[in-house]
Amino acid sequence: MTLYAAIIYSTDVDWSAREQAGEMAEYAAFSTTAAAVLRGGAALYPTATATTVRVTGGKGGEVLSTDGPYAETKEVLTGFFLLECADLDAALALAAQIPAAWNGAVEVRPVIPMGQPS
Amino acid sequence: MTADTHAALVALVRDEGRRVMATLVRTTGSWELAEDAVQDAALRALETWSRDGIPAEPRAWLTLTARRRALDVLRREAARTGKQQEAVTLMDQRGTAEDLPGSVVRDDLLRLIFTCCHPALSPQTQVALALRTLAGLSTAETARALLVPEQVMAKRLTRAKQKIRDAAIPYRVPPDAELPARLRGVGATVYLMFNEGWAPGAGDTVVRPDLLDEAVRLARLLHELMPDEPTATGLLALLLLLDARRASRAGPDGSPLLLREQDRALWDRALVDEGMALLGDGLRRTPERPDPYVVQAAIAACHVLAPHPQATDWRAICSWYDVLLTVQDVPAVRLARAVALAERDGPAAGLAALEHVRGLERTAALHAARAELLLQCGHGPAAVAAYDRALALPASGPQAKHLQGRRAAAQAASQ
Repeated sequence: MTLYAAIIYSTDVDWSAREQAGEMAEYAAFSTTAAAVLRGGAALYPTATATTVRVTGGKGGEVLSTDGPYAETKEVLTGFFLLECADLDAALALAAQIPAAWNGAVEVRPVIPMGQPS
Repeated sequence: MTADTHAALVALVRDEGRRVMATLVRTTGSWELAEDAVQDAALRALETWSRDGIPAEPRAWLTLTARRRALDVLRREAARTGKQQEAVTLMDQRGTAEDLPGSVVRDDLLRLIFTCCHPALSPQTQVALALRTLAGLSTAETARALLVPEQVMAKRLTRAKQKIRDAAIPYRVPPDAELPARLRGVGATVYLMFNEGWAPGAGDTVVRPDLLDEAVRLARLLHELMPDEPTATGLLALLLLLDARRASRAGPDGSPLLLREQDRALWDRALVDEGMALLGDGLRRTPERPDPYVVQAAIAACHVLAPHPQATDWRAICSWYDVLLTVQDVPAVRLARAVALAERDGPAAGLAALEHVRGLERTAALHAARAELLLQCGHGPAAVAAYDRALALPASGPQAKHLQGRRAAAQAASQ
């Protein structure tokens, strides 16, 4: 089994706003569908809440923080799921059922196993 | 050992090695490990077999040797990470010597094609990986076939193998419902493999029989797997109707012959009949939207049905190209159509059509076709210049020799 991150790119939305209830229900439905292989995930506050930190001159250098996300694009990182699946096909089949895949994009990437007891 | 028997031995080891590779990918679950193990086994086979003779079951010998080698590597790695038991169980569970019947090897090869053509890999990578793994082309040959620098190709192949391993791209033939969607990439791969065998981009031979055999075999497998898919039917029909002409492609001195110069008595009638039957089936199954392979098979059929070059039905061929353009408007098809048009309406009409072909400036085929038509129109000096442009581009040895011969003819005609 491989752990996959299904990284969700969509238009910037405020998931905490009431008017999102309809789409939230779709996400709840997905979580039920994927329950058996769902290992984690989170929705993120909109990019307006983002602060980007960068250290100039390498480790120990000056800390520069900027208001806003890393890049200004129409589709931004709005959340992710962690799915444990047998192979990529299984992960892709699930990712296609994430609501953002219908009007945004979902990038699927394997997660590097680290710090697990062998 | 004579040079001939040695060449036969090398061919046998390469051919069997490719099949063993497919099995090893399944039993080890790792592309890189399988490749290393098979390469190692092939080297040992060359040493041992040239000394002691070829064993009764060469494939079994290679499989066993490659498996031992893979197991050694796994054990060594496992010893470092303390996962010895895990590694050994993995190999043991994934089958032993009973993996050898032809059907298993056949299935392994199909799995390997579908793995190479997984939609998670870019189309160029799919083809590169398939040519490298299924057709047994070297990285350098693959790079040449796809017109990419060798280093770029090497990197692309390494990345693809890493992605297959890390993203756990499955090694299997997809379920029936997904087959049609995957067929496009798989078909293109088999077609390109055949193409590379039919008109090698480099090397010293007019055709490469190993590639042609492998492509035809894979096309047969696909048709068996999906008998109702016009693409699979059309692809097999096309390859058989072309392959029927294989023996006539080169003259006694090994130089390439044009279609009109070929000895039609050498054409394989059994393959023609089989291809024609498949073409009929393919045409019946595609009434609304033509399938590009079925249409190309129809064009190939027009050629093999003509008892002599003058009897070729160029009007039918031109209309088939017009049909093909409606589903596959690519420069190569436009080039072929211009050449057919020249046969139907004369060289000037062909030249005019060639003016509209864009995107093939870096291929010898375009300039050679232009040169030929210029010569037929009586523009000798322009023909010589066009041959020079063709000769400046990559070509196989026999192809280049042929072009030089034609250039000399054009030179003589313009004096």
